[in-house]
Amino acid sequence: MRYSLSSILRNAATGHKHWPKQWRQPEPKKAYDIVIVGGGGHGLATAYYLARNHGLTNIAVLEKGYLGNGNIGRNTTIVRSNYLCPENGQFYEHSLKLWEGLSQDLNYNVMLSQRGVLNTFHTPAQRDAAIRRGNAMRLHGVDAVLLNREEVKKLAPAIDCSPGARFPVRGGLLQPRGGSVRHDAVAWGFARGADARGVDIIQNCEVTGIRIESGRVRGVETTRGSIAAKKIAIVVAGRSTLVGNMAGLRLPIESHVLQCFVTEPVKPILDTVVSFGADHFAVVQSDKGGLVFNGSLDGYNSYAQRGNMETLESVAACASSFMPCMSRLRLLRHWGGINDMTMDGSPIITRTPVKGLYFNGGWCYGGFKATPASGWTYAHLIANDEPHEFASGFTLSRFETGLVINENGAGPQPGLH
Amino acid sequence: MRITCPWCGPRPLSEFAYGGDAGKTRPGYPGKAGPDAWMDYVYLRENPAGRHKEYWHHSGGCRSWLVVTRDTTNHEIAKVALAGPQAKDAGS
Ligand SMILES: Cc1cc2nc3c(=O)[nH]c(=O)nc-3n(C[C@H](O)[C@H](O)[C@H](O)COP(=O)(O)OP(=O)(O)OC[C@H]3O[C@@H](n4cnc5c(N)ncnc54)[C@H](O)[C@@H]3O)c2cc1C
Ligand SMILES: [Zn+2]
Repeated sequence: MRYSLSSILRNAATGHKHWPKQWRQPEPKKAYDIVIVGGGGHGLATAYYLARNHGLTNIAVLEKGYLGNGNIGRNTTIVRSNYLCPENGQFYEHSLKLWEGLSQDLNYNVMLSQRGVLNTFHTPAQRDAAIRRGNAMRLHGVDAVLLNREEVKKLAPAIDCSPGARFPVRGGLLQPRGGSVRHDAVAWGFARGADARGVDIIQNCEVTGIRIESGRVRGVETTRGSIAAKKIAIVVAGRSTLVGNMAGLRLPIESHVLQCFVTEPVKPILDTVVSFGADHFAVVQSDKGGLVFNGSLDGYNSYAQRGNMETLESVAACASSFMPCMSRLRLLRHWGGINDMTMDGSPIITRTPVKGLYFNGGWCYGGFKATPASGWTYAHLIANDEPHEFASGFTLSRFETGLVINENGAGPQPGLH
Repeated sequence: MRITCPWCGPRPLSEFAYGGDAGKTRPGYPGKAGPDAWMDYVYLRENPAGRHKEYWHHSGGCRSWLVVTRDTTNHEIAKVALAGPQAKDAGS
């Protein structure tokens, strides 16, 4: 069923009792052409674009839990393409362009709000870095505007721009086309679109093994039986190492927890996304009025999917220093998600030494904005066995050759990217 | 999370800095180890869901480097030892 004004009116007239289910709950078949392991945003987007762009539909997406249980339902919903390295710049800009048409393409409102993403700077050195980044973006054809302190104050009056602030604001770099997207609508929209084209989405089906014979994949073992497959595509975010190990892959990845927080709802006070340049803190006001924010990683390997109090304290300190009006808000909820942190901070979308096995992961804490382009380029790789031009730098071999893509020059310390 | 430092006793997480995977052995001097060994040492990680041997620095205390064996799924600490060649049981 297509969603439209007339479908809304028709269903309103009948008490909203006849909306059809958005996707089926099929039993797994014995065999598929392609099995996608992981039904997060990226797995669902991959299935959707395999069907939409390549006409491939004999596909199963196997998800260990329920749709949206992973990082796709846990992130801070910020989308942007303000990257410095060319490999990232072209990829994330492609993603932002896909976001711009996604609601129409999916016939599903993902609630893209291009309210702008502002990064403040607080020292002359940070100002130089912001100018360099802004120039790099503009050379890639991406929008970037340098703001002085008065302009920051005008754009986001909630920020303390006074000279007496603990870290006085000197200005900011704004990407006007950045913003936020309703994260779970993204999972649901891609799931519905893939399902409508014939993809089987199978929930509560954990992959426990990958069958390989003479260097080629044969299928997967799951908690719901064995499933044969000609091609297998891993895309499991924080559990990349564990699933990769099933096929003998050794990866330059560590799993780390990132927390997210949301306050009680308040009237609109912030109509742009802002991030605090003096520390790790980014905040966006949701449509319900809650201020949703995150800080840095907890800082040590974790699969626990919940965070520690030290991080809460540091994030709260950032919030009250940067936006003092937040200091008396009550926190409603906080949660954690497991991020697949790579050694250079950039993702991996690649073939593997096993024929028919593909790997997509290492999204660090920036993979939500990548969802459409990750699906688009991964689908291209799986369908053609050739990398898509916009993702051709995201190899595993870059760690051998030295062609790492290191946005902030932090070195091989996954916790620091 | 609390870590029991062999010198200082149980101390809160905020006194410690993480030093990463303690399971890696640095290859010999250049020329002796090939690029593969360096690639493995610098970039590849076991990243287990379960027991992990890792370095922690008691930076807000006695400044000792420790090797902590911690379960990454629930943060239970099984063992804390001093790091370095002088500590016999380090890394064991
Ligand atoms: C707190 C937080 C804030 C973030 N904020 C932002 C942000 O503002 N902007 C941004 O761009 N990015 C952000 N991110 C990062 C982003 O959410 C992730 O990079 C991205 O969602 C990862 O891709 P995914 O959606 O496919 O992951 P997931 O949704 O985690 O999908 C992976 C799926 O694989 C499944 N799986 C795992 N193992 C198996 C198995 N053996 N068998 C079957 N299925 C399996 C999991 O159950 C899961 O559903 C944030 C992340 C967190 C945690
Ligand atoms: Zn100590």
